[in-house]
Amino acid sequence: MEFDTIAAISTPLGEGAIAIVRLSGTNAISIANKVFRSPNGKDLFTQASHTIHYGHLVDPKKDEVVEEVMLSLMKGPKTFTREDVVEINCHGGLVTVNRVLQLILINGARLAEPGEFTKRAFLNGRIDLSQAEAVMDLIRAKTDKAMNVALGQMDGRLSRLIKSLRQALLETLAQVEVNIDYPEYDDVEEMTLPLMIEKSTWVRDEIDKLLLTSSQGKILREGLSTAIIGRPNVGKSSLLNSLIQENKAIVTDIAGTTRDIIEEYVNVRGVPLKLVDTAGIRETEDIVERIGVEKSRQVLNEADLILLVLNNAEQLTEEDRRLFKTIEDMDSIIIINKTDLPTEIDVDEVKQLAGNKRVVTTSLLKEEGVDELEEAIASLFFEGTIEASDLTYVSNARHISLLHLSKSTITDAIEAAQSDVPVDMIQIDVTRTWEILGEIIGDTVEESLIDQLFAQFCLGK
Amino acid sequence: MPNFEAGKFDVIVVGAGHAGVEAALAAAKMGAKTLVLTINLDMIAFMPCNPSIGGPAKGIVVREIDALGGAMGKVIDKTHIQMRMLNTGKGPAVRALRAQADKVLYQNEMKRLLEEQENLTIHQAVVEELLVEDEKVIGLVTQVGAIYRAETVIITTGTFLRGEIIIGDLKYSSGPNNQQPSIKLADSIRELGFELVRFKTGTPPRVNSKTVDYSKTEIQPGDDVPRAFSYETTEFIMDQLPCWLTYTSETTHQIINENLHLSPMYSGMIKGTGPRYCPSIEDKVVRFNDKPRHQIFLEPEGRNTREVYVQGLSTSLPEHVQRRLIASVPGLENAEMMRAGYAIEYDAIVPTQLWPTLETKKIKNLYTAGQINGTSGYEEAAGQGLMAGINAALRVLKKDEIVLSRSDAYIGVLIDDLVTKGTNEPYRLLTSRAEYRLLLRHDNADLRLLEIGFQIGLVPQERYEKFLGKKQRIEDELSRLRNLMIKPNETTQALIRSVEGSELKDGIRAADLLKRTEMNYDLVGQLVPSEIELTLEEKEQVEIQVKYEGYIEKSLQQVEKLKKMEDKKIPDQIDYNAISGIATEAKQKLKQVRPLSIAQASRISGVNPADISILLIYIEQGKIAKITG
Ligand SMILES: Cc1cc2nc3c(=O)[nH]c(=O)nc-3n(C[C@H](O)[C@H](O)[C@H](O)COP(=O)(O)OP(=O)(O)OC[C@H]3O[C@@H](n4cnc5c(N)ncnc54)[C@H](O)[C@@H]3O)c2cc1C
Ligand SMILES: Nc1nc2c(ncn2[C@@H]2O[C@H](COP(=O)(O)OP(=O)(O)OP(=O)(O)O)[C@@H](O)[C@H]2O)c(=O)[nH]1
Ligand SMILES: [Mg+2]
Repeated sequence: MEFDTIAAISTPLGEGAIAIVRLSGTNAISIANKVFRSPNGKDLFTQASHTIHYGHLVDPKKDEVVEEVMLSLMKGPKTFTREDVVEINCHGGLVTVNRVLQLILINGARLAEPGEFTKRAFLNGRIDLSQAEAVMDLIRAKTDKAMNVALGQMDGRLSRLIKSLRQALLETLAQVEVNIDYPEYDDVEEMTLPLMIEKSTWVRDEIDKLLLTSSQGKILREGLSTAIIGRPNVGKSSLLNSLIQENKAIVTDIAGTTRDIIEEYVNVRGVPLKLVDTAGIRETEDIVERIGVEKSRQVLNEADLILLVLNNAEQLTEEDRRLFKTIEDMDSIIIINKTDLPTEIDVDEVKQLAGNKRVVTTSLLKEEGVDELEEAIASLFFEGTIEASDLTYVSNARHISLLHLSKSTITDAIEAAQSDVPVDMIQIDVTRTWEILGEIIGDTVEESLIDQLFAQFCLGK
Repeated sequence: MPNFEAGKFDVIVVGAGHAGVEAALAAAKMGAKTLVLTINLDMIAFMPCNPSIGGPAKGIVVREIDALGGAMGKVIDKTHIQMRMLNTGKGPAVRALRAQADKVLYQNEMKRLLEEQENLTIHQAVVEELLVEDEKVIGLVTQVGAIYRAETVIITTGTFLRGEIIIGDLKYSSGPNNQQPSIKLADSIRELGFELVRFKTGTPPRVNSKTVDYSKTEIQPGDDVPRAFSYETTEFIMDQLPCWLTYTSETTHQIINENLHLSPMYSGMIKGTGPRYCPSIEDKVVRFNDKPRHQIFLEPEGRNTREVYVQGLSTSLPEHVQRRLIASVPGLENAEMMRAGYAIEYDAIVPTQLWPTLETKKIKNLYTAGQINGTSGYEEAAGQGLMAGINAALRVLKKDEIVLSRSDAYIGVLIDDLVTKGTNEPYRLLTSRAEYRLLLRHDNADLRLLEIGFQIGLVPQERYEKFLGKKQRIEDELSRLRNLMIKPNETTQALIRSVEGSELKDGIRAADLLKRTEMNYDLVGQLVPSEIELTLEEKEQVEIQVKYEGYIEKSLQQVEKLKKMEDKKIPDQIDYNAISGIATEAKQKLKQVRPLSIAQASRISGVNPADISILLIYIEQGKIAKITG
């Protein structure tokens, strides 16, 4: 049996240092080959089955390295699905894995349906008869769940926007159809190429905006934007380091070491974070540092989550109090660091300033309290205070890949219109765009075009 | 009245409308001993509405019928008063021919074809009852008690089943145009357990052309180049009659608004569902009340009559209001109404009760085709009639039946829509119903279907060989153009400049040059002349296949996927109740439609992808069980 190529994240979402994106199907190897670069330029097609390869994933369109990975190559039929299978192991992080998955989807794979790997295993004779019932149950259960999640989690704004795009496309389509099916009707405006370009371009721009700004999409691509703020030398860079467990930011005991903004992507208990270490926020004379400080304020304004670090060994300053004021209305966690040193800070005042924000104490030097902090971040996220959840993420991966697809089909339409292809051919791509957008909101009513036709225009003998 | 035995046939066709004539001709040509029974022999292939054949989608169906060896195309080629190619400014996929018919000539020509056809007996009779034994049709009985025995029966009774004509508050039992309706046959069909629906359609008044002031209208001539539906037609009618365009006036709308309460549509007298694409003028005025005027086309009904069809003025208002409506239209101020418009209600069978061969699921060897299946339109009827005739004959000949796929033909789209989705209004083909319309063009109907027509014996050897020659020449020319390099020499550049294209920087394959918007086959041919002169049709084919290669390729890939799903057959004996995972709604739909393939199942509304997955697994499981068990 021959199927198209499917892909999905095959490790449980959330924690775990290693995540696997699995591809299965006829084009698994060729898709992997498109995005995988090994240091010595291996061609995956020529490699033996059941081998592992080190290399980088590259976005072939931008020629940009996306991730460092280990790739396992398994040729059918000795695989779980009996098809060619490629597994891409990347380290951790929902964000990372998601980026890898997106890359694979854009390059020709389709996001697997719930239970689809197992279904293929069955259809290709890998699983025996007694297991078939179980597979069917699995599909039913997973589909129902996914549907509930999709319905429950779908951002109302997103679905409204998609609906309005579809309506615009539908009206365009109906107009083209009327021109075709009722050529003699003179009171219907002719859908000309410039008009088609205008309408399609508007739709593409909206899709672009969606891809860029949809808050969920942004979280997926970039992680929850998290700013670490605090006066100089309180331990901001140390916090970042302990969260990413490697020394990327420079840690010194000279106040004002971090003069610019350092960004890191991490996965804290399943929550994708884009951590931003800021230069200590304070009035400063040093010009280089001043620029850093200004940027910090900006980061602060754009952040979804704030980690405010205080120094246990110093008294609260006016600056600290000002920072509290700034983050008053934002999702934030207060960290009292350096608990290994004698307490100078007025803990009661901190608690009072924090209000209902959580206060966590740490000694980053002794690696104490980080667990509690991570737990605080995760609970903020999952309890819905910050908008998202790992299940939304699943449907989001679908949404984003569908948005990308719809963007490429509407772009085809625009380009065709620009080179004078007849309207009724461009229609093919416009229709496809309409269908893909429909998949996002689960709307596949087939008759709608014909309904639109007769609702919009007065036709007949 | 005592019954008597009147004969035994392989195929009996009930009705000689557009569906019936194609069914009867096809079955007889294929060698089945065929009988066609119809209420009135003077009304064979009668057009109760528009004297017009073809148009977008429908015109392509006519070509498909011709490629399969059917009659409609050849007959209209001989009997039209005008022909036009529509959508010439658009892409090749949506171009279509439309002809204005000489209504009476069309009927006469069709009648002559039936009379001359071997293996075909024609008889005037009203069929009242179907004879069924063991859920299998074995014959029928007519009004006069004649019993005809048959192996297969095709019912094509159009709008006659319990037909009722409505004009204003007048309602009476009647077939179209005051013909005798079929009441007992409708009862017989219902008693056999078929589910029926009530549909409605209507027609405008006709006027006498000698009383029309054409100076107030615009002329709409036919094309002045030879046109034909049939690939075999060699004689073209160049002496054409024009149609005329006028508009409703403010007064028209006012009259309608003032008399709405007299319309049976609004008084609740009409209960049948009418088609949205054929609204009556009262519908149009009410629903689109911001439109100041609507188009009215005046279409002559033939060369030997003065009767003119008033397209756009379909209505069931009382006759005295209709008269005022006509007088309110510029050009028709003094027009004499010859016949009033009317609405007609009738029974149709719910088409999901049919297999894709048009055989009923309930009664073996019984087929239905045409408007009785919930469609509307002559071409839709003819396409179904042809397929029902073919499949009935194949049944008799004990050969495999033929189902056209959605990617083969508009006829395939039509029948698949009917039997898979059903319809809740009279169904009309529209180009947008075809997802592969780029492949289903009017110019390639023969390339798509003639082979099938030949295989089943409807297309004669000689025509087939001619076709093979054409096909070969097209393929040869395509491969020549795809391989031949054109050099950027001065001749080439000059030619490109002459059509305002951008000059070549390098050599280019002839096919790639042809792909440019400003190029056409003849221009490229000047640079690289072909050794053999292709016909116009062949050139057109080459040009389309080269120019739209990318889009055609895309469509073909989709078809590829469809075919795979079509190859996954669903066993006839499948018990949907035994499949636990399928949702209840989907189960009901599947039990009703009984799809033959996974592809068909996935098109049923209410059956979602998870249900399809489960179904697929269940079927595979059955296969494994058979092998291992
Ligand atoms: C008033 C009116 C308006 C219409 N308007 C439109 C329109 O706007 N657009 C459009 O596309 N289509 C329209 N149509 C539909 C179009 O005319 C039909 O779809 C087409 O003619 C159907 O072809 P058919 O072969 O199925 O049936 P018909 O052409 O109706 O033929 C039925 C045949 O069955 C025979 N018959 C019936 N009962 C018996 C019996 N018991 N025994 C023996 N013979 C029997 C009849 O004599 C007749 O020969 C209209 C039809 C009518 C009546
Ligand atoms: N004793 C103790 N020292 C710590 C702790 N955390 C960080 N430090 C030390 O504090 C100093 C400053 O730490 P950084 O992480 O560079 O502080 P920062 O807030 O990033 O400082 P700037 O970037 O200069 O604003 C370093 O010498 C760290 O080793 C802690 O928990 N206890
Ligand atoms: Mg720092």
